[in-house]
Amino acid sequence: MSTPTNQQLIDFVVAEASLLDELRFDDWLALFTEDGRYWMPLAHGQTDPRLHASLMFEDKLLLKVRIERLHGARTFSQQPTSRCHHLLQQPVVTARDDAAGTYTCRTAFHYVESRRDTQTLYAGWATHTLVWQDGALRIQLKRVDLVNCDAAFGNIQLFM
Amino acid sequence: MAKYHNRAQAVAALVRDTEVHKDCYIDEEIFDLEMAHLFANTWVYVGHASQVPKVGDFYTTTVGTQPVVMVRHTDQSVRVLYNRCPHKGVQVAPEGCGNTGKFFRCPYHAWTFRTDGKLLSIPLKKGYDNTGLENCEASHGMVPVGAVQVHRDFVFCRLNPEGVGFDEFFGDSLSTLDNMVDRSPEGKLEVAGGVMRYMHHCNWKMLVDNQTDTCHPMVAHESSAGTAVKVWNDAPPGTPKPMAVELFAPFMSPYEFFENMGIRVWDNGHGHTGVSDSIHADYSAVPGYMEQMVAAYGEERAKAILGDVRHNTVYFPNIMVKGPIQTLRVFKPIAADKTLVESWTFRLVGAPDLLLERTLMYNRLINAPTSVVGHDDLEMYERAQTALHSRGSQWINVARLYDPAEVNQTNVVTNGTNEMQMRSQMRAWVKFMTATMPTEAAQ
Repeated sequence: MSTPTNQQLIDFVVAEASLLDELRFDDWLALFTEDGRYWMPLAHGQTDPRLHASLMFEDKLLLKVRIERLHGARTFSQQPTSRCHHLLQQPVVTARDDAAGTYTCRTAFHYVESRRDTQTLYAGWATHTLVWQDGALRIQLKRVDLVNCDAAFGNIQLFM
Repeated sequence: MAKYHNRAQAVAALVRDTEVHKDCYIDEEIFDLEMAHLFANTWVYVGHASQVPKVGDFYTTTVGTQPVVMVRHTDQSVRVLYNRCPHKGVQVAPEGCGNTGKFFRCPYHAWTFRTDGKLLSIPLKKGYDNTGLENCEASHGMVPVGAVQVHRDFVFCRLNPEGVGFDEFFGDSLSTLDNMVDRSPEGKLEVAGGVMRYMHHCNWKMLVDNQTDTCHPMVAHESSAGTAVKVWNDAPPGTPKPMAVELFAPFMSPYEFFENMGIRVWDNGHGHTGVSDSIHADYSAVPGYMEQMVAAYGEERAKAILGDVRHNTVYFPNIMVKGPIQTLRVFKPIAADKTLVESWTFRLVGAPDLLLERTLMYNRLINAPTSVVGHDDLEMYERAQTALHSRGSQWINVARLYDPAEVNQTNVVTNGTNEMQMRSQMRAWVKFMTATMPTEAAQ
């Protein structure tokens, strides 16, 4: 059975960000495993998503609610809609376990979310825990650590 | 020329029986007067004693726009001081929390102060010999706020030394805080899980008004809670209902539900939604918790505590408490059009961790800057903050279910969609705005 090369892992992370920038949220959600999670900690170096607050700790159901909501006729906070832009540093493969089929990549990023006349810059690191399933990579966990994770933000409506 | 400064009658005229003037929300002079009067004459929430458990522990925050530090003094009492060095005006305690030991030390010139604020030492003190320092303001040290009162570990202060008493100000409304504390089998809460901070470009009162606005959830939150219900309905039959759906779904309850759950309006702007029922009434039981409560309180009392499912309790001016969910939100005024919302969460000491997990999930889903429910609300506040500047109309309407007889009534239980709580808040607003303001005749 084949295993992904480091370059395939890196290409996957880059392509994942592109889907978000292209606002192809349904395609993006399909990248997650059925038990996949998207986690944005609230604290620097946070280890516990359950007994400490996070900005997001969402399973596929909650991510689907967000995505469906973005297109809702009565989603007033998206009238007009938001757009986003990822600028990634080269992803680094930080762990690979071919036997288990699990891989970890860490990627520094700048992310801009814009709506109307306001655009806001965020900086942080994305850590992807990827699994090799049926010859394809899937996201088991996408962890987004903002450099100012504990700052008082205004609305963050899309995905980093 | 000032429109409102020292003009109590002009300020009072901004609030009619069923209308509130837009200047209350957009006028910078009114905002400054709120900081000078309203937030000085009322009992304002500072923090929770569990944030400063040991002698020397401190936590810095703001009361209105005044920087203060809450500290555990050597006699174990909780003190609240203005966080300002009397020497050159430097903020003494750093932002956040920590332990200062037996005294504060200003980082600029090393003046030190006891944790009750009293001046302890000055380097090269003899340089002040025969200068009359003892007659200067600086000799008083870090100044304590006017008054501090701790109710079951909730710390409140009144900036002004004179004014309404704590018990008179809160009256029966403290029952919501009591109920939240009683939900711990040990009768004790701890701040836990970090604080969610969310910046709002709107007036702080819009958030206060929203807490008892029961005609908006099914409209403004159709996009979030409504979508959650829709997505959940598509799940295969037999799928266990996720906690998140259990938290979201009640927002979509029909008008009748909110009418029937009731509102209780106390005096001085305090009140709560959810008298006989609420959106927090129907959560799944947490294994082992009821047994702990019965063991601690007896069955009848335990059932009474957990059967009190109040929705949102407003403690005027600027906090909201949810007993059944163990959250406390502070609406910190920064400017007429800027408010920092802090959402604090509590652990019920001795209770299963699953309760804190639910509390944190609720906070994340509803009160975070990444929350879809938060997005719904903030969009409305910001649209209001912009459009209130319109010259087309001058007033905000709060007439829903108005009864002229209500004006002098307190502890009223009424229809859950009544805007009486909003009217009561603004009556209290006038009272505490003008209490220390000279009237025109006196000038």
